[in-house]
Amino acid sequence: MRGGQGAAEARVLQFTNCRILRGGKLLREDLWVRGGRILDPEKLFFEERRVADERRDCGGRILAPGFIDVQINGGFGVDFSQATEDVGSGVALVARRILSHGVTSFCPTLVTSPPEVYHKVVPQIPVKSGGPHGAGVLGLHLEGPFISREKRGAHPEAHLRSFEANAFQDLLATYGPLDNVRIVTLAPELGHSHEVIRELTTRGICVSLGHSVADLRAAEDAVWSGATFITHLFNAMLPFHHRDPGIVGLLTSDRLPAGRCIFYGMIADGTHTNPAALRIAHRAHPQGLVLVTDAIPALGLGNGRHTLGQQEVEVDGLTAYVAGTKTLSGSIAPMDVCVRHFLQATDFVVLDDSLHVQATYISGELVWQAEAARQ
Amino acid sequence: MRLVILDNYDLASEWAAKYICNRIIQFKPGQDRYFTLGLPTGSTPLGCYKKLIEYHKNGHLSFKYVKTFNMDEYVGLPRNHPESYHSYMWNNFFKHIDIDPNNAHILDGNAADLQAECDAFEKKIKEAGGIDLFVGGIGPDGHIAFNEPGSSLVSRTRLKTLAMDTILANAKYFDGDLSKVPTMALTVGVGTVMDAREVMILITGAHKAFALYKAIEEGVNHMWTVSAFQQHPRTIFVCDEDATLELRVKTVKYFKGCQTWHNLTLIFTNLILLLITRSTVVMTLMPMEIFMDLENNKLVSSLSLPLLFHQRRSCHQVMQDNFFSQHPTQIIIHNLLTLTVLMKSLLC
Repeated sequence: MRGGQGAAEARVLQFTNCRILRGGKLLREDLWVRGGRILDPEKLFFEERRVADERRDCGGRILAPGFIDVQINGGFGVDFSQATEDVGSGVALVARRILSHGVTSFCPTLVTSPPEVYHKVVPQIPVKSGGPHGAGVLGLHLEGPFISREKRGAHPEAHLRSFEANAFQDLLATYGPLDNVRIVTLAPELGHSHEVIRELTTRGICVSLGHSVADLRAAEDAVWSGATFITHLFNAMLPFHHRDPGIVGLLTSDRLPAGRCIFYGMIADGTHTNPAALRIAHRAHPQGLVLVTDAIPALGLGNGRHTLGQQEVEVDGLTAYVAGTKTLSGSIAPMDVCVRHFLQATDFVVLDDSLHVQATYISGELVWQAEAARQ
Repeated sequence: MRLVILDNYDLASEWAAKYICNRIIQFKPGQDRYFTLGLPTGSTPLGCYKKLIEYHKNGHLSFKYVKTFNMDEYVGLPRNHPESYHSYMWNNFFKHIDIDPNNAHILDGNAADLQAECDAFEKKIKEAGGIDLFVGGIGPDGHIAFNEPGSSLVSRTRLKTLAMDTILANAKYFDGDLSKVPTMALTVGVGTVMDAREVMILITGAHKAFALYKAIEEGVNHMWTVSAFQQHPRTIFVCDEDATLELRVKTVKYFKGCQTWHNLTLIFTNLILLLITRSTVVMTLMPMEIFMDLENNKLVSSLSLPLLFHQRRSCHQVMQDNFFSQHPTQIIIHNLLTLTVLMKSLLC
């Protein structure tokens, strides 16, 4: 995303008096950045024989990598699954507002929608670098419509689909061109899913298993075909059973391709999963855990009725349900709340900081700063 | 030589760091006048480096006009390997101070032509005007830098094969796996260090006691290369009690007595100065802080203002923090009181 031209002449920025995450630990180290890339200061000292051009004191705070949200359906009144005239400005608004949550890159997510919506919306959301204007768009996450009827959750039943004989062509016909797509969530128990998974994987698109009633065997086969991610673990899938763990069993399966790490998204908003379940997943497979918000357009707005794609959603505090039901429908917890909640649930070594976002940097540039920190 | 004996590792490190700090400040380095320092690696000087960093962070010591030359580096170890001496110096020293990267010289163990690299290093030292103060350590086999037993006492910077003693001693840094320890290194020669205007050797720990004994109480011998410094006009050996365990009681008593004599002389000299000039002079009363150059009979100016702060802080062992102040009268009172305490302890 970032060019390397003139990088050697760019200013070297040194963030001092901070704690950085390295090797799974928080260390008291300085962070060196140049031209939007993190530098090896030892190399800079001994090979280029340079020192920092500018120093910034971080006041002893934690410097964490920018959060990446791979499942966010909208926010601040913007719904990515709505085929409006100006989808681009909606995405830009969300991109700008989530900077304050510490998110520096995200995958705008589209829920199950009719093909017309995909054809209209998908081409309007290109991959984009982040900057002072907002978080970077890494690519779209298409959640559905090739998902299970029983586990559709808040997705509208009318628009669910399955693969016909010419499976991949069917998918292309539904979504349109896949240039802007980065992740596709589908249910592997659907017929012909394996050729679709293989085809998507060869195109560099991450296949995620979710909203599915697949058993462990079907899920393992899907991983062999190329699937690498699980959409919001525990939610919209068969519950863990000791004789057939289902998709959840992928975390500890020994029948996966060697060296392949299966990643799984978890919504740590305090509602979608019990902290005990969070801990079980984390202890079983800590390297694969990915925190997602699954945020809906009501994020950042108050209680009341909002829309999500073709559904109506009711928001009350930190929970959101499909209007009139008890079906959870996405989340309205911002990413930093999810991170804090996860910290409490899993008992990391707690340091002095309470993980409140003070400032967000993209490519070494300050793009958002908390009120208190502004001088 | 001078043999300075401190009670423990921390005090020895502090003394050494203060000595280096003082030397640099007195030298008054500047744009056209760089202070050249030779530096060691290993576990012994870690405490000394920490103290130097502390003095730098407190604003009392700048390395802007200091040139450093490290003693040695392993051959064949990648520069960014965690056990390379480049990594050691970066993590333990360079990254915390304000030295210009162009002035920090370390031998390159991965150079295409190793001998040429050594010759170039010697040339750089010469171009820098020679080394003002070479700080070094001692190996358990009595070696200085990697000048293993049998090294010529007039040797220059060159490639050396490491002795088994050294490899065993270094194995602890390579997960105890002998096969991972490099077997060759580039090192400054004994002659290179002898050319320095002043040499300070740090020796701490009981495991170095025998080497210290061989180095200073026996003759000059190429099997114990540190013994070569018996023939250097200005060498200081800084050690802790444990390192003196193999020395004769006579030797230890003599040098400890010297320190007391230094202190007394300095106290009285300072007292007279105080009474005559009423200047903001502070004398330090802990044995480690007296910097009197007996050989040249000069009163080393441990009197410069920045040093006030260091010396005060360690006087906390004697006085309370309340007396810390820059007001001349309070300083004089402080000194008189601490003088009384020291007189009492010396006479008892």
